[in-house]
Amino acid sequence: MLKLGGNIDPLTQAGEYGDALFTITADPFLPKSIRNRFALLTEDSLDAPGYGVQLVTNNGGKDDEAPRPNVRIYRLPVHFNYLRPGDIVFIDNKRHFLRTLFRRESRHNSILLTEQCNHYCLMCSQPPKKTDDSYLLRRTSELIKMIPTDTRSIGFTGGEPTLYGEALIELIRQAKLQLPNTSIGLLTNGRRFGNKDFAARFAEVDHPDCMLGIPIYSDDPVRHDYVVQARGAFDETMRGILNLKRYGQKVEIRIVIHKQTINRIVNTCEFICRNLLFVDHVALMGLEITGFTRPNLDLLWIDPYEYRDALSEAMHVLNSYGMNASVYNHQLCVVNRDVERNYRKSISDWKNEYLEKCAPCTRKGECGGFFSSSKMYKHSAYITPFV
Amino acid sequence: MTEFHQIASYEPQSPKYQLLPFRLTELNDEKYVLTNIAGEYLIVSKDIVPRLVNHQLSTDDRAYIELRARHFLMDSATAIAPDLLAIKLRTRYERLANFTSLHMFVVTLRCEHSCQYCQVSRQSDDKRQFDMSLADADAALDLTFRSPAPYIKIEFQGGEPLLNRDLIRHIVCEAEQRKPAKQIEFVIATNLALIDATFLDFCYKHDIKISTSLDGPRDLHDRNRPRPGNDSYEKTINGIRQVRAALGKNKVSALMTTTEASLGRVKDIIDEYLAQEFKGIFLRPLSPYGFAIRTKSYMRYNTDRWLEFYKQGLEYIIQLNKQGIEFREFYASTILAKMLTSSDPGFVDLMSPSGIGIAAVVYNYDGYVYPSDESRMLAEMGDQHFRLGHVRQNSYNEIFLSPKLLKPIEESFAFSNPMCHDCAFEPYCGADPVFHWAMYKDYVGRKPESEFCRRNMAIFQHLIELMEGDLLVKQLFLRWANRC
Repeated sequence: MLKLGGNIDPLTQAGEYGDALFTITADPFLPKSIRNRFALLTEDSLDAPGYGVQLVTNNGGKDDEAPRPNVRIYRLPVHFNYLRPGDIVFIDNKRHFLRTLFRRESRHNSILLTEQCNHYCLMCSQPPKKTDDSYLLRRTSELIKMIPTDTRSIGFTGGEPTLYGEALIELIRQAKLQLPNTSIGLLTNGRRFGNKDFAARFAEVDHPDCMLGIPIYSDDPVRHDYVVQARGAFDETMRGILNLKRYGQKVEIRIVIHKQTINRIVNTCEFICRNLLFVDHVALMGLEITGFTRPNLDLLWIDPYEYRDALSEAMHVLNSYGMNASVYNHQLCVVNRDVERNYRKSISDWKNEYLEKCAPCTRKGECGGFFSSSKMYKHSAYITPFV
Repeated sequence: MTEFHQIASYEPQSPKYQLLPFRLTELNDEKYVLTNIAGEYLIVSKDIVPRLVNHQLSTDDRAYIELRARHFLMDSATAIAPDLLAIKLRTRYERLANFTSLHMFVVTLRCEHSCQYCQVSRQSDDKRQFDMSLADADAALDLTFRSPAPYIKIEFQGGEPLLNRDLIRHIVCEAEQRKPAKQIEFVIATNLALIDATFLDFCYKHDIKISTSLDGPRDLHDRNRPRPGNDSYEKTINGIRQVRAALGKNKVSALMTTTEASLGRVKDIIDEYLAQEFKGIFLRPLSPYGFAIRTKSYMRYNTDRWLEFYKQGLEYIIQLNKQGIEFREFYASTILAKMLTSSDPGFVDLMSPSGIGIAAVVYNYDGYVYPSDESRMLAEMGDQHFRLGHVRQNSYNEIFLSPKLLKPIEESFAFSNPMCHDCAFEPYCGADPVFHWAMYKDYVGRKPESEFCRRNMAIFQHLIELMEGDLLVKQLFLRWANRC
């Protein structure tokens, strides 16, 4: 698992600086006029003035080095070794903190917009906080101006991004203007779109390729409300989906499979096909063992091997109705073969790993592997390498 | 971290619930079939129903969860059901707004076959007497293009339409030349005895599909469909091969007519369709028109025999699929689409409001307009009750707003018919006013005496029981429903 945020060692004391976003470069000879937008990543610090910051990887240490006034130099801990030119980082110069926001080579750039949420899901991987974190939205507005325009896709996630209301719509509009070729995946519980005007204004942005990923955890409204710990959520989410489709927006339904959702998974897929056949995609997803899932593990954990037949049946329903459907976050050796046509390697590259016993597996290349958290805390007892 | 709440905290705050419109019909001794207004069904044990309607069910009952999730009731926990039901119902009736899409042109009544069950064909040397005229064809095309349907299917019927192939050429070219903002599809219903390379070339250039007749193995087919030389089967099979070679494999489909001679031979018939590489078969009901003069008890006897024929055939087809041979039964597929999806495949016999005139229309060889193939057969048998007008003597409005069309449609609308109104299977069924007129001289008939009702009720129940008893069958039926 890659560590995306962490402290960095300041090698210089260079005045008062706030925080800022930089694109990583390894080129010390960039035109001076643009250097302040870049973080220069080198082994040792160089006499290359004008860069926003210099990041050095040399672990030998040159603390005796003569401090260069007005040049901010940080030493990167080894866990940031994955940083490459073109990546975009946020650096807090007061707290001496770096967070990787965008990785050029990754297909899984997911940008956190807020940690506030009006759900409190049993298995939340990003437990909500109440503090004002609207700086995340402002930072994202800056970020999308820096992301290369040939980026294929980015994700916006939370918390619940629609709590920003109009400001979220403005962000999507900016994304359309700044990144016209980049598809957007927006994770939301959809409830705000239950307000028809809000859905209409969102649709007015007319983003060419924006998919809203919305959870429905059960065909039983009470069970859905229970899983998200919010009374009335099911109806609002349903109305949200109906409004979004009324205005021609792309909607993906996301179902996390666990002990509280598995018993009705086939009914839920039937419900989706009968009532929401017009959605664009349905994803059935394995459980990530992080956030609230850890304290709720007994309530949530069911071995994927035990539910493999239910998963097959659910996928059969979705496929029969011609629904575009995928299975995410599962290992090939614990799903039935008939699920493979819908099987995707979905786990974000920065938190994707394999077990040691997977080493001899001949199908490892096709397998999505594990969340780092699953490897660490809980995974199927039936993992068996194909040999 | 805040405490998480138990699921009980999300149950409705009040034990009261509201019933949504639904109907029930007995499935067997223990169970009822319940259907909601959008046609979704639920099987419940009989004791549930009195408790449901007396508001005695509680969230502890497993049936309660199912009834709420499928929109049979709503409570203070959720009120989304009416919105979803409305969308599904609107989808089901969507095609009504498109109006007539199937336009059948009877280009001639002449035929070189002399099938017993055919009510319409004539053998005559005098072409003009039984051929559609150019002027009538053009007038019929005018009417065709007045239809608001964005998608038009023009089907050439007979007699044997290839006996008047010049008129087919004219109609196809004329329709294409008018270049309406519509999608047009052409189909020729032919016995293929007269097909040749030149005409197939024409079909290829204009993307015309072929629908032919295949009643079963050679002996049965030739017995049902006599022609000079007694070689109908030979001609049909050769024709199918030629069409596939010239137009492509999926450009030819086949229909069978069920006769008394077919009844004991459903496996043979299906095997013949398999041998000819068809992907499915439509096990059609016995045509009532030849039997109409006979007694009602005779009809009843035949319905029972036909049902046995149908169930045997379906069982065999299911077995084939379990063996890995993909093969479908199209009548079941049509019904299953109505049971398991919100779309209506638009099969005229199983539409309510009836599809006569507003889904399909027939321009007869003599220029008279009929609202269905059956009603023109009725006319050939002497009952011109459904004759809507003439292509050159009456306007589009006169024909399609004729009381002769609107009255049977309105009166036969199953949702408001006695007994149909209360029937759980109404969403799957059709009105078929022409059948009922032919049999009982009114558009509705008395449903307890209606063979249409008896036959379809039996099939609906049978399909549900098959699905509920076997997951593999349910999965198979789900695929059929969605590829209808």
